[in-house]
Amino acid sequence: MTIDYSQFPDARGHFGPYGGIFAPETLMAALEELKQQYHTLKRDPQFWAELDADLRDYVGRPSPLYFAERLTEVWGGAKIYLKREDLNHTGAHKVNNTIGQALLARKLGKTRIIAETGAGQHGVASATVAARLGLECVVYMGADDVARQAPNVARMKMLGAEVVPVTSGTRTLKDALNEAMRDWVTHVDDTFYIIGTVAGPHPYPEMVRDFQAVIGREARQQILDKEGRLPDALVACVGGGSNAIGLFHEFLPDEEVALYGVEAAGHGLETGEHAAPLCAGRPGVLHGNRTYLMQDDNGQILGTHSISAGLDYPGVGPEHAWLKDIGRASYVAVTDEEALDACRDLTRLEGILPALESSHALAYAKKLAPELGAERMMIVNLSGRGDKDMKTLAAVEGFEY
Amino acid sequence: MSRIAATFDRLRAEGRTALIPYITAGDPHPDCTVAMMHALVEAGADLIELGVPFSDPMADGPVIQKATERALAHGTSLGQVLEMVEAFRRQDQDTPIVLMGYDNPVEAMGYVPFALRAREAGVDGVLTVDMPPEEAVDGYLEALAAEGLDRIFLVAPTTPESRLQAVETEGSGFVYYVSLKGVTGADALDVQDVAEHVAVLKRRMNRPVGIGFGIRDGERAYEMARLGDAVIVGSALVREMESLVGAPCEQVTARLKEALAPFRAGVDRADREQSS
Repeated sequence: MTIDYSQFPDARGHFGPYGGIFAPETLMAALEELKQQYHTLKRDPQFWAELDADLRDYVGRPSPLYFAERLTEVWGGAKIYLKREDLNHTGAHKVNNTIGQALLARKLGKTRIIAETGAGQHGVASATVAARLGLECVVYMGADDVARQAPNVARMKMLGAEVVPVTSGTRTLKDALNEAMRDWVTHVDDTFYIIGTVAGPHPYPEMVRDFQAVIGREARQQILDKEGRLPDALVACVGGGSNAIGLFHEFLPDEEVALYGVEAAGHGLETGEHAAPLCAGRPGVLHGNRTYLMQDDNGQILGTHSISAGLDYPGVGPEHAWLKDIGRASYVAVTDEEALDACRDLTRLEGILPALESSHALAYAKKLAPELGAERMMIVNLSGRGDKDMKTLAAVEGFEY
Repeated sequence: MSRIAATFDRLRAEGRTALIPYITAGDPHPDCTVAMMHALVEAGADLIELGVPFSDPMADGPVIQKATERALAHGTSLGQVLEMVEAFRRQDQDTPIVLMGYDNPVEAMGYVPFALRAREAGVDGVLTVDMPPEEAVDGYLEALAAEGLDRIFLVAPTTPESRLQAVETEGSGFVYYVSLKGVTGADALDVQDVAEHVAVLKRRMNRPVGIGFGIRDGERAYEMARLGDAVIVGSALVREMESLVGAPCEQVTARLKEALAPFRAGVDRADREQSS
């Protein structure tokens, strides 16, 4: 049976059994308004024209599709193309979404923006669009992440945002999301919550996907221009999963293109210290949607571990949960060590320092390339650059920073 | 008739407003929870809301977040909460118990097994904060209704009148009116605003209205009792537990009774005024 992927999510925001609107009552009206406003704008060519102009002139799109020749040679197998989201303004794919949501915020007449952030990339991208539109901006960030992603904290402050370290729970991304929700419940009249990934209550997973889908639209055309055919595989890292959905979405109907989402195996799936809900979790409800979660037998959400703050999250976007169940995408996991190795390889062979998040996608590509063989080719989403990770990397490599 | 409906009927006949205290099960220690429930009844609780701890309480303010963390540090699970209710029921067959919490622990147990065990333990109603009527139709309502458990939904200041129909149709027991835009324990109660919203609810719905969130002292309980059919007090009681970690249960129950007294007095004062 062929699936018409454009029909998902359904009218209630469900991707099969996943997604939905599991939100406190106080937010239901705001979510309904957002849904209606977004669905009106989604059909409005003017809105997309405005967005495209911003993506071109402000973000610097289209981002290049780069053939990593030396990497391909050394890893020995399929040709590796990199979708260079790291070259976007602010250094990651996150800005594709914040530009879109900020336009919405303005149309809804909101004067204040809030965001949660893990690695700080979404926080920076939110602070950036807030500065550009003259909106107040508050970013919630787990206290542990504030410590390990200091350069991004400094950037947010420089952009005029208030960064609130969250000390409750596990002091990482999930707790930042809880705190942002609490803020939104309290300031729902004047505040727009820019969720940074394809999770949260409907319509966020749909809306963020639509804004990130530009990645796959460009990549599809670029690979056709360069190679005259579609790639054999797409590889992207998955925390919440926005860069992965962004790359995958346009290719969903192309069943011959294999899709690989790469989760963080941290110290190894067998240790329990990881952030791989699709590989090692089970379905539940958190942060407004039903999806795969890392949880114990009593339904309590488990702490996660990943060397990469942006993947350190116990849930995942509901569309990924659905793509896993229907078998359209495969979800795998690589460890901290494997990600670090791939990070070193790309830096030394191609002169590109990738974010630790994106390094997870590269690490899986390194395994996949020889399996596919030299006749095949793949696109790896290089979702962000690694400048923000220098402190972590310096500590691992043992030099002063 | 459910124990909740019977309680509201009796109170209405007596011209009284219900006082509903909330405590987080397992806080400050799981061994004290059943004794605390009995203490609340002794101090004038008409119905008890028992919080089921969840690792990510996104609608709760810092006081209940910390209570949740204390309860989880002792490993308090939904299964244990049901055992606490069962133990309470051995001595008290009259006071209705509403479980309040988040969906994931319930979903992890399974809606049907949960509903069965809850009914057997003596639970009367369930309020799941992140389960609006729209999502409840996929098995949740059916499971609770099959066991005769009341389905309590929230109404917020932001709830449009167009949603009230679903809350009335899908819900039962009473309606929980969230008195402010914010999290539990927030300090933003606006009496006039609550009065206007509750008046709409009473006009539009044929169901008792409980008012909760931000009712910090006896005076506010008095003001809310003049408006609603029930007054719900949570953070103000739970805050008292912060200094009682490791204390013997007798000390905990004594403090809890003391803490509830001014709320009971406020509600009684409102009832006396309205009857005279």
